[in-house]
Amino acid sequence: MSEIVKKFLYLNRKAPYGTIYAWEALEVILIGAAFDQEVSVLFLDDGVYQLTKGQDTGGIGMKNFSPTFRTLGDYEVKNVYVDRDSLAARGLTQDDLVQIAWEDFDTEEEVENIVEVIDTARVRELMDASDVVFSF
Amino acid sequence: MSILHTVNKSPFERTSLDSCLKFAQPGAAVLLIEDGVYAALTGTSAEDQVKDALNRVKIYVLGPDLKARGFAEGRLINGISVVDYAGFVDLAAENAKVQAWL
Repeated sequence: MSEIVKKFLYLNRKAPYGTIYAWEALEVILIGAAFDQEVSVLFLDDGVYQLTKGQDTGGIGMKNFSPTFRTLGDYEVKNVYVDRDSLAARGLTQDDLVQIAWEDFDTEEEVENIVEVIDTARVRELMDASDVVFSF
Repeated sequence: MSILHTVNKSPFERTSLDSCLKFAQPGAAVLLIEDGVYAALTGTSAEDQVKDALNRVKIYVLGPDLKARGFAEGRLINGISVVDYAGFVDLAAENAKVQAWL
């Protein structure tokens, strides 16, 4: 395993199901998580729709991948961010979104919900601080 | 006989809904499908535009697409009707033609 740890930012700007972007992003995040990098996942614009609660795709014949987001914490992804303005423009609040729990299996540190709603300044900082940005 | 317009793009990402509502004749039917269903929800930046359009056209939303995206009918703008796939077929049959705003 490489000693070099980079800061990866996964930028999600597409709604789920209408296009394949959201699903592809999740696959890449899960694959990337295996490489022990410092990972942040940001949901911006229509990307915030990926995290809505209660998705039920039985009627459209597609796989419901929203439960997979809840496992991100198990892949040592600890930083999941949602843009506040994007939620507001869509009439959504954090209550509309799924929760993602995180636990450090070594220290037993637990976080009930790592999904954090952040403002524009924090989004800028996050982008600035990242070494690599994967856009979907 | 009028036109059934379908919109399958998010109103926050594309101009499909804008153009559809601009050119749809009064009395036309507009069916929101796929990512177009987000336009049917309350509290969004598109809500005023959709409410205004409801004075001129009938607006429907495809239930399975709404449910897939995690939204209950209680989140819909008043005046928008939910249809299932059979309802989609009925709308297509009732109108002279279908115009898709991709």
